[in-house]
Amino acid sequence: MFARLSRSFLEGPTLVSDTPLLEIRDLSKTFGSVQALTDVDFEVRSGEVMALVGDNGAGKSTLIKCIAGIHGYDSGTILFNGDEVHIHGPKDSARLGIEVVYQDLALCDNLDVVQNMYLGREARDFLFRLKEPVMEQHTVETLKGLRVTTIRSIRQAVATLSGGQRQSVAVARAVMWNSKLVILDEPTAALGVAQTEQVLELVRRLADQGLAVVLISHNLHDIFETATRITVLRLGRNVGIYERAATTQQEVVQAITAGIPTKVAGIAASAPEVVS
Amino acid sequence: MSTDAEIVAPGIGLPEGGDADESQTFWQQALGNVKSGNLGVLPVVVGEILIVAYFSFTATNFFTASNFVNVILQMAGVTMIAFGVVFVLLIAEIDLSIGFLSGIAALTAAELQLPDGQNWPGWACILAALAVVAVIGAAQGTFVAKVGVPSFVVTLAGLLIWQGVILKVLQVRGVIIIEEDWINKTATYYFSATVSWIIAAVVTGLYVLGVLAGVVGKRRAGLEIRPLPIIARVVGVAVLAFGVVAVCTHATKPAACPEGTPLTVNCTQPLGLPLAAVLMLVFLVALTYLAKRTSFGRHVYAVGGNAEAARRAGINVARVRILVFTISGIMAGVGGIVLAARLQSVNLNVGGGTLLLDSISAAVIGGVSLFGGRGEVRGALLGSLIIATIANGLNIGGYSTGTIYVVTGVILLAAVTLDTIARRLQERAGR
Repeated sequence: MFARLSRSFLEGPTLVSDTPLLEIRDLSKTFGSVQALTDVDFEVRSGEVMALVGDNGAGKSTLIKCIAGIHGYDSGTILFNGDEVHIHGPKDSARLGIEVVYQDLALCDNLDVVQNMYLGREARDFLFRLKEPVMEQHTVETLKGLRVTTIRSIRQAVATLSGGQRQSVAVARAVMWNSKLVILDEPTAALGVAQTEQVLELVRRLADQGLAVVLISHNLHDIFETATRITVLRLGRNVGIYERAATTQQEVVQAITAGIPTKVAGIAASAPEVVS
Repeated sequence: MSTDAEIVAPGIGLPEGGDADESQTFWQQALGNVKSGNLGVLPVVVGEILIVAYFSFTATNFFTASNFVNVILQMAGVTMIAFGVVFVLLIAEIDLSIGFLSGIAALTAAELQLPDGQNWPGWACILAALAVVAVIGAAQGTFVAKVGVPSFVVTLAGLLIWQGVILKVLQVRGVIIIEEDWINKTATYYFSATVSWIIAAVVTGLYVLGVLAGVVGKRRAGLEIRPLPIIARVVGVAVLAFGVVAVCTHATKPAACPEGTPLTVNCTQPLGLPLAAVLMLVFLVALTYLAKRTSFGRHVYAVGGNAEAARRAGINVARVRILVFTISGIMAGVGGIVLAARLQSVNLNVGGGTLLLDSISAAVIGGVSLFGGRGEVRGALLGSLIIATIANGLNIGGYSTGTIYVVTGVILLAAVTLDTIARRLQERAGR
């Protein structure tokens, strides 16, 4: 414990592999009389893919919407980089560097790749003129950095792209804004086999580049191919966190369908006293 | 259908991306666009050429310089209004009040210039009139964006309300004569030949400068530059600018003869480039800039393409909608003033007739999609040119108003059919 503390003091906040980038403690959320989340703990570290799984109604979407600032939460603590933060709206989470790629993509079909990448955050000069060359160049760099090479022209309308390419654009858009945490909501739900592979590879690359990634999926095969750890929710409660390398699909399925709610020891106690 | 593996291209359009044969890629791209239903302005230009050719052979006095100037003046009002329609259609809404809003602007300007009334200077009348329709447009837009009343209903109510206001204000006097020079000149002033040529040169020069600035910016960013389409566009603009001026300076209008001229001689007076043409160009450039080069324009296209995506991207969708209806109101006002200046008066028919339908048709014929998110400002100019040419040609050919309506209707149907088919092709070319 002491060793870890001193190391993080010496090397500053860039070393976050042990301290979670995002840590949630005892988060509860009700919709009227429905208890959607009960004392949920969740964490994700930089450089890892944390899968978030659970059956329908387990509270996955509610949890990420709380993180993204779309829903407020009733009680609980959110720590970002060890500091307590309050997320009241989408802008708050964006300011922290949290980006969400939604299931239905939220791309404008009639706009091209560059225009979609910069939608709502266009680079412009004092005359409100769009700086097209800058945006084009940055888009090319971002896509290249993620090794998205199947898009023929970044000036083609998104409508002409395949599902996998569209998903890649949505992910690239999330990554481009110096984001630290990318949340992907069912990124492969509508894709074919080859395109799914393409997107999963992209997800792994995000983590390799040091981002924290939260992956929501129903597809355990995808998860076991990409995730570092797996958080399982059931009926709005934690039922377990599993190391991918130390578990089996069967164990996770068991947890999803019949897991017993547990407060996972170790997370709640791990880091609170580290940062003042 | 190609699989993903086949369309892997190196470098996503980077300079080193193997563009050895530029002309081929240019033509391939053009062909690809046509195949995928992205026709652009091609059908409109081809249609206009066919219409002009037809009337040139069938109607005497159609293919003359003077009639060309005539067409420019006839189309000016509708073009201005249609520029505003483009923005409304881009966000997938409709504005039915524009006809009578143009009437309201004309009426306001006419009332304010009355020598025995307010007697305001012309520029103040025009600005006040535009301010009135801007406020009305913003109010209608607020109902659409904030309250959520469908734009069809809001602006249909507007159509009735503003028609009613015009009738009430004018029911006593019936007609207001506009004597103010500023207002009248918008549709009646011609530049002298020299100034006309200078304007053509300035327009071409500015366009070249703009293109060069774009090329420099791209080069600085290290992006690929395709010289062929750029050169083609510069040449096209130059030919168009000087061509229009050449025709306009050859136009004449009948004039009083100096004393001593034999009665058998028809005296004429040379015209030049009409101010209305320059006004159309100014608004075309300004609004194209707004739509294509500013973040506001980008947001207009985004709202029309996928309003929910725009909202999630942090765009203030309600603000965009209100501003678009404001633009629509202002442009209707500009059109109304030009139309009133042509008649040099405002009467009970102001803003009525086929003005509304002509304006919307002009935008739609010009390739602006009713489904939102697709179309360009210049489409309104081209569509309006087609409508004006048909009306002018049929008029000269001695056809009745009924025939003009029928032909315009058929052209409108053809244009929308083409748009719908293009859309379907595009979807098929997509996923």
